[in-house]
Amino acid sequence: MGPPRDKQVALSTFSYVFSELVQYNMTKIRSSAELEANLEKLGKDLGKRVLDALFHRDRLTKRELTEVGILQFISTTAWKALWGKAADSLERSTDREDEYMIVDSAPLVNQFVSVPANLGALDCAALMAGVVAGILDGAYFAAKCTAHPREEGGTVFLIRIGHDEAEEQKEPELVEMRPVLPLADRALA
Amino acid sequence: MAQQTPTSNSVKALRARGDQVWARMPKCNAEFFRLTYGALVVQLVEDCDDIKEVNDKLLSMGVSIGTRIIDEFLAKSNQREPCKSFEETCEVVGRVAFKMFLGVEADVRNWNEDKSRCSLVFPENPLNENVELPPGKNFLYSNIICGAIRGALEQILYKVDVYCIKDTLRGDDTNEIGITFVSRLQAEMDDQYKES
Repeated sequence: MGPPRDKQVALSTFSYVFSELVQYNMTKIRSSAELEANLEKLGKDLGKRVLDALFHRDRLTKRELTEVGILQFISTTAWKALWGKAADSLERSTDREDEYMIVDSAPLVNQFVSVPANLGALDCAALMAGVVAGILDGAYFAAKCTAHPREEGGTVFLIRIGHDEAEEQKEPELVEMRPVLPLADRALA
Repeated sequence: MAQQTPTSNSVKALRARGDQVWARMPKCNAEFFRLTYGALVVQLVEDCDDIKEVNDKLLSMGVSIGTRIIDEFLAKSNQREPCKSFEETCEVVGRVAFKMFLGVEADVRNWNEDKSRCSLVFPENPLNENVELPPGKNFLYSNIICGAIRGALEQILYKVDVYCIKDTLRGDDTNEIGITFVSRLQAEMDDQYKES
């Protein structure tokens, strides 16, 4: 991966392609959780490739051995290289030792996304969460990363390090997608 | 020679405008863009039975992008008045729109006699870097760009045929997209808007 990193395209061009990607995936899913899972899977493939390229370019010859080290690398270097600015913060969860949070107050991919009401908690930054998981995976950390919208805007990327067997066996939760009807119609139906 | 001077002047003007508009566009890392597009293509390849289906799908995605991208183009590109000819339209697509959205300029060449067919030549394609295609398949990786041009021109009532001619991914020396003028469309109202 050699090309200089400062090459750019218009953000809107990316958004058009991303929107096609999401729309295409919308045709194949039953719930918003499934859409997020699809985006995470795509992101994961992407993250694995990115890790090598970033290490190569920054001439980093040693791999990160600590969770905090790699997460710092992700939230600053990788974030900046991929999404133009460092993440707003990296925090460790107070409840659990193995849980971390990266906060981005305005994720790049969500710039032009508005989530329809019937898809409730969907966050298209799931693609970015996938990338984070992919990078961690490539750096030999088993981890899960999920994106959650914040009430005040922006996205929290929740990262859980380590295998979680109970989680893995669970089927993704099915949330019924229903068009939002006005109240009167709902009474009739 | 006398005729060439105004054309090259306007090429210069268009190029300057392209640079100017490009400088004002919010941008995003080309690598992330490319990887995301790659992920989309991979997903399509996995889902479709043959390459032709993938090519068609990419084209139709492009058309749907094109119908929306034209609005942004007209809003941001300082295009004060409509183009006067198909030739001028193609120049604007290559010099301004390409620069504005993809960060590269496309050269408009190979006009036929009655100015109804030309090709956009751009040695550097932001979609193509770090991509390798499986050999021996007629894979049109940049078909989405063809679709976008078609969709956009359709909105300004040009029916055109857009197709890939050369692609560096397939071993050609440059990237070339052909545009052929088919007809002018008529702006028509849908029946439901007509007064009865």
